[in-house]
Amino acid sequence: MHPLRTFAVFTALGFRRFSAYRLATAAGAFTNTVFGLIKASITVGVIGAAGGELAGYDALTGATYAWLTQAIIAPVQIFAWDELAQRIRTGDIAVDLARPVDLQMTYLAGDLGRAAFQVLPRGLPPLVAGALVTGLALPHTALPYLLGALALLLGVVVSFLCRWLVNIAAFWLVELRGLMTLYVVSVGAFSGVLIPVHWFPSWLASVAAASPFPSMVQTPVDLLMGRVEGAPALRLLAVQVLWVLMIGVAGRVALRRGVRTVVVQGG
Amino acid sequence: MCARWWFKVADPRVLAPYRALLASRLQSQLAYRRSFALDVFGAVGIGLLEFAEVYVIFANISILGGLDFAGVALLFALANIAFSLADMTVGHLDALPTYIRTGLLDAFLLRPLSVLGQLVTSDVQLRRLGRTAVAVVILAVALPASDIDWRAETVYLLILTPIAGAAIFAALFVLAAAAQFWLVDGAELTSAFTYGGSYAASYPTSIFTMPVRVLFTFVIPAAFTAYLPTLLILGIPGPPDTPVWLGWLTPVAAAVAWVVALLAWRLGLRHYTGTGS
Amino acid sequence: MTEQPIIEAEGLCRDFTVRTPLGRFRRAKRTVHAVADLTFSVAHGAAVGYIGANGAGKSTTIKMLTGILVPTAGTVRTCGLEPHRRRKELARQIGVVFGQRSQLWWDLPLRESYRALAAVHDLDPARARARLGELVDRLDLASFLDTPVRQLSLGQRIRGEIAAALLHSPRLLVLDEPTIGLDVLSKERLRVFLVEERAAHGTSLLLTTHDMDDVQRLTERVLVVDKGRMAFDGTLTGLVDVVGAQRVMVVDLVEACPGLDQVAGTELVGVEAGGLRQRLAFTPGRTTAAQVLAAVAERAVVRDLAIEEPDIEDVVRKLYLAR
Repeated sequence: MHPLRTFAVFTALGFRRFSAYRLATAAGAFTNTVFGLIKASITVGVIGAAGGELAGYDALTGATYAWLTQAIIAPVQIFAWDELAQRIRTGDIAVDLARPVDLQMTYLAGDLGRAAFQVLPRGLPPLVAGALVTGLALPHTALPYLLGALALLLGVVVSFLCRWLVNIAAFWLVELRGLMTLYVVSVGAFSGVLIPVHWFPSWLASVAAASPFPSMVQTPVDLLMGRVEGAPALRLLAVQVLWVLMIGVAGRVALRRGVRTVVVQGG
Repeated sequence: MCARWWFKVADPRVLAPYRALLASRLQSQLAYRRSFALDVFGAVGIGLLEFAEVYVIFANISILGGLDFAGVALLFALANIAFSLADMTVGHLDALPTYIRTGLLDAFLLRPLSVLGQLVTSDVQLRRLGRTAVAVVILAVALPASDIDWRAETVYLLILTPIAGAAIFAALFVLAAAAQFWLVDGAELTSAFTYGGSYAASYPTSIFTMPVRVLFTFVIPAAFTAYLPTLLILGIPGPPDTPVWLGWLTPVAAAVAWVVALLAWRLGLRHYTGTGS
Repeated sequence: MTEQPIIEAEGLCRDFTVRTPLGRFRRAKRTVHAVADLTFSVAHGAAVGYIGANGAGKSTTIKMLTGILVPTAGTVRTCGLEPHRRRKELARQIGVVFGQRSQLWWDLPLRESYRALAAVHDLDPARARARLGELVDRLDLASFLDTPVRQLSLGQRIRGEIAAALLHSPRLLVLDEPTIGLDVLSKERLRVFLVEERAAHGTSLLLTTHDMDDVQRLTERVLVVDKGRMAFDGTLTGLVDVVGAQRVMVVDLVEACPGLDQVAGTELVGVEAGGLRQRLAFTPGRTTAAQVLAAVAERAVVRDLAIEEPDIEDVVRKLYLAR
């Protein structure tokens, strides 16, 4: 089968797998919305305390930022994911490896299918709530949405590749929970999911800038809101692509090494 | 009735089985020292992350909701001590759908003990003390940095608030678990109230609009776990429409929350065994 | 004085509401009668096999008997107690093993589970120690008492589970598919143990199984449930008479010989490999596998043998047709 067609099949599979959990999706959307309410309140409160403007956010754009991050964290998947690690631990990975398709690509396809399913049911409720409670400051032209959608897609890919790398560590580590927590904490701290990276004191901002994490949340939100446009927007997209290439290749190398350790030890 | 209950609870023989269950759990957690240390480390990381948010906010402003950095740190510490203690003892009740699926709940029903008691003692997570430790350190730094008029009441509030606050969060977890008997697949919904309550409790309630403030004070009693007592400890008035004396009522809020939670749990368990409907 | 039955069920019913997707958004509500109007009683000290196809209502019945589930209608008394209302009291008098589920602490050594369970049942320490010693001996647990449960083999774990269910010396033991997935030797050891345990303590036994051998070796009475209703209540011989379920002994001989017809109590149903392998059908209750083997051994030297069991699903289906 043509690789692209295989990719499409696995994407559709990922979409269908997640569409089976309707109640879970509704529950997740509700939780995202409640957190959005708290986060928007804090953000607006902080901006008010700063005199009505902080790092380019006023009350309305600050609230929009909070609701938008809540709308995209499910598709981007910023939480722990250990499906692959489980399969490595149980040895089920052998079944996956026996298939005549690229393992990383099929998993990526499945993850994109999941994200595609979640974009609307997990994204719309927080945005509707935001429009009703605080109002939303969204751009009136099409270009930011286009760039934003592209950045969101790249954000999902960066997130997937990072999670892939963490999971592959299961070839060497018996207990993955410590690494997983470290990863979740890092994403929380540097992706912009809790507070905009633009509010960071400069030393923390440079740490964040050197990591792939802002590419997951801050970049898509900045582009969707039209905060960053033109050449700087293209620069941010280029940074995302760079991370995709770097972490993607690292993930492939790690998988190959990992499989070799299993073969050598007779896992 | 009340006295009888007290004698029943005070009789060490009644609690002995639960102590044994608890001991066997703790023993297994400590059995793998390296992994346990890593878990504690992870919990410390999560505690620090949550505080980093406060830190970044105060890198930009100096007063939030009527409190300065030290004040918000104090508030944050009280809320987090309370939440982490509750999370340690009953946070695993989140996994009720898993317990149902694996048959563990049925196994509990086949033992001559209270189901809730067995659930609570079945998976107490000592590692979450890592987060408590972070909060205690923040408290120890925030107290001297705040302008506090030390009196007997201050000490009373500082000791009682984390305990009663933990009881409030624990009641929220039990209530959430009870709801999961009906929700099953939609169990994540309850995180909005447990983790969401903890998130809201870590910030001055005064930054919220009136309806949200009422929600997090009287529906989900998050404000009682830290914000209202903090106003009393610091001796400052809250927003004009919030009576300061509410801060004394944290234990009352805890008692009410537990009555509601236990009733809901009873209903939930009855739903599971099919007594109702 | 007649003793009270250990289980008494009268008009027992249990309904479930299931929602099935109907198109994209609508769902149909449907009531399923998992158990419908079951009436039976089990005498104190009796051993009863409770069989039926998958989904026939066996587990639902057991859950109602043990207090996990409340009947929609009808009454049930186990050990003279209403199971749901007197759950804790009942729990002290019964032991339950669900073959595919564990009540042991999976990450602790087996021994620790017994320590916790002794505390749970508030057993006197000296008596608990003596009882555990007895169970460890007879179930042969000693070699893996200090192994974490998750590292045990299935056979070891099931023995561990049964010891856990018997630690508090219950009056009634309920086993739900205890031998599922076990190898022949492990099954046999378990059966021997259960027979001895009942002989020593007079424990009543309710057993659900897919294995006809379990029924034959362990019980004196069979209840067959089909679609939530009682389809048969009687002895195994009686059941076999109704449905004509036969077992087949497959013998491999050292030297080929002509068809072994006229072996007492059997019917020759197949001769393969030029007479090296022969299949003899016989009806349990009329003769035993040992008698058949002895009769065959008089005429030829047996190298190996296997017994093919009638399938329970098959028995139930035939029972349905026979009515």
